[in-house]
Amino acid sequence: MSDARLSTLAVSGGFSDPVFEAQAVFRALMDVTARPGTVHTLPAGVAPPAPLGQGPGAVALALCDPDTPVWLDRDIDSESVRAWLSFQCGAPLAQGPERSAFAFVKGETMPDMADFASGTQEYPDRSTTLVVEVEALDGGAALRLEGPGIDGQRRIAPRGLPATFMTQRAANRALFPRGVDVVLVAGLCMMALPRSTVVSHVNEPEAG
Amino acid sequence: MSAAAALGEDLATYNFAYLDEQTKRMIRRAILKAIAIPGYQVPFASREMPMPYGWGTGGVQVTASIIGPQDVLKVIDQGADDTTNAVSIRAFFQKVASVAVTTKTREATIIQTRHRIPEEKLQAGQVLVYQVPIPEPLRFLEPRETETRKMHALEEYGLMHVKLYEDIARHGHIATTYAYPVLVAGRYVMDPSPTPKFDNPKMDMSDALQLFGAGREKRIYAIPPHTRVVSLDFEDHPFEIQTFDEPCALCGAEGVYLDEVILDDRGGRMFVCSDTDHCEDRRAAGHRGRLSPDEAYAGHGQVQEDTGR
Ligand SMILES: [Zn+2]
Repeated sequence: MSDARLSTLAVSGGFSDPVFEAQAVFRALMDVTARPGTVHTLPAGVAPPAPLGQGPGAVALALCDPDTPVWLDRDIDSESVRAWLSFQCGAPLAQGPERSAFAFVKGETMPDMADFASGTQEYPDRSTTLVVEVEALDGGAALRLEGPGIDGQRRIAPRGLPATFMTQRAANRALFPRGVDVVLVAGLCMMALPRSTVVSHVNEPEAG
Repeated sequence: MSAAAALGEDLATYNFAYLDEQTKRMIRRAILKAIAIPGYQVPFASREMPMPYGWGTGGVQVTASIIGPQDVLKVIDQGADDTTNAVSIRAFFQKVASVAVTTKTREATIIQTRHRIPEEKLQAGQVLVYQVPIPEPLRFLEPRETETRKMHALEEYGLMHVKLYEDIARHGHIATTYAYPVLVAGRYVMDPSPTPKFDNPKMDMSDALQLFGAGREKRIYAIPPHTRVVSLDFEDHPFEIQTFDEPCALCGAEGVYLDEVILDDRGGRMFVCSDTDHCEDRRAAGHRGRLSPDEAYAGHGQVQEDTGR
């Protein structure tokens, strides 16, 4: 990014109280990751440049920094988003999705999860956290969640995921303990589908 | 060295919760990965804290990274809120994060602990943060980190079973009573930190999130709520928790973990709740043990006889 690109857009729209807002966003992320399928609403106030949404923007501000290469999907990538992430977080752009610590994508057009870093068998934590912006966290096809963090099962119905999501998700789950972790964001609402969660259509037989 | 002195006096200008923001982000990212891979030890760049290792620097860094102004913090050491270690960690967070503190288990949103899990069932929305000295359950069997990593990667846990079985061969039962290894979510063998094995069942399908921080060894790991935690055992030697022959001498509680307290130099002793808050709660609710002070004051003769043994 050239300095000429450092517009007023890049320097505005960050946390107004970075210490406490970052803590609040992280705590929401920790809660939704610990309880997959539950929804938390993020505090308002972050205003990233379009097309990066408010929710994904807040996640980026809370967790990204010079140590976390960030990858932007085509539909999110823009000079102003790059400039904003660079100024606000100091996060470098990843050379490719497989090199990213965080990736910001749109639900309908997201690349295959297999394109991202899934970690190694020795270090499965060295994997991409995929922040997926969807239309809504409800109103879609009913999905059943099972696994750690879920008492029995939980149902979700996010809208705006690609048709191949379930196949990708099953392939990702098969890599366990490797795999990418998914955060779904719609506006300021957020839920997590960490790699440990088994996702199935409600009309499919239950996971053993 | 006094607790206050140990914490240093140069905390006049500190960051909220002591750690700088970049360190918090790094630890927060590690915590999220730890939750996503239950029982797996995530490496992190542990920072120097204003207290020596062994004082729970790992747990303190985890707590410092998750705590916010709305939190209510409880700190226990071996079940007690009033030991030097617990008091100074509580004071530290009061000073650097201005958070509310409590000794009541049910009032706390974050409970930092060394070596115990509270007797009272933990709730959703509570986070239990363990101070961990040695996070690697395979360390005593294999000193090389590269090798233990490989064993976890390949799910090669045979050695661990061999070790437990040697116990049985030598003692007739599994003699390990602390840091008793568990299998988390059917995948990773994990060290539950030096809690008594009595507490292992409380880790299983807990409503609370459990986070583990090892400062010197630079590891963070987690058990999400509602996660299967199984103590390793054998079909012919099933896992069993410690049992106590008598109830708590102060509150009469049974089925809780008791500490032995020496009363005099003639062999007088009593067993009391290790969880001081639980014991106080029960006494406040009117429960009495054989050595409750007010029982003694009331002049119940049998107290005299019992202590005279
Ligand atoms: Zn008691």
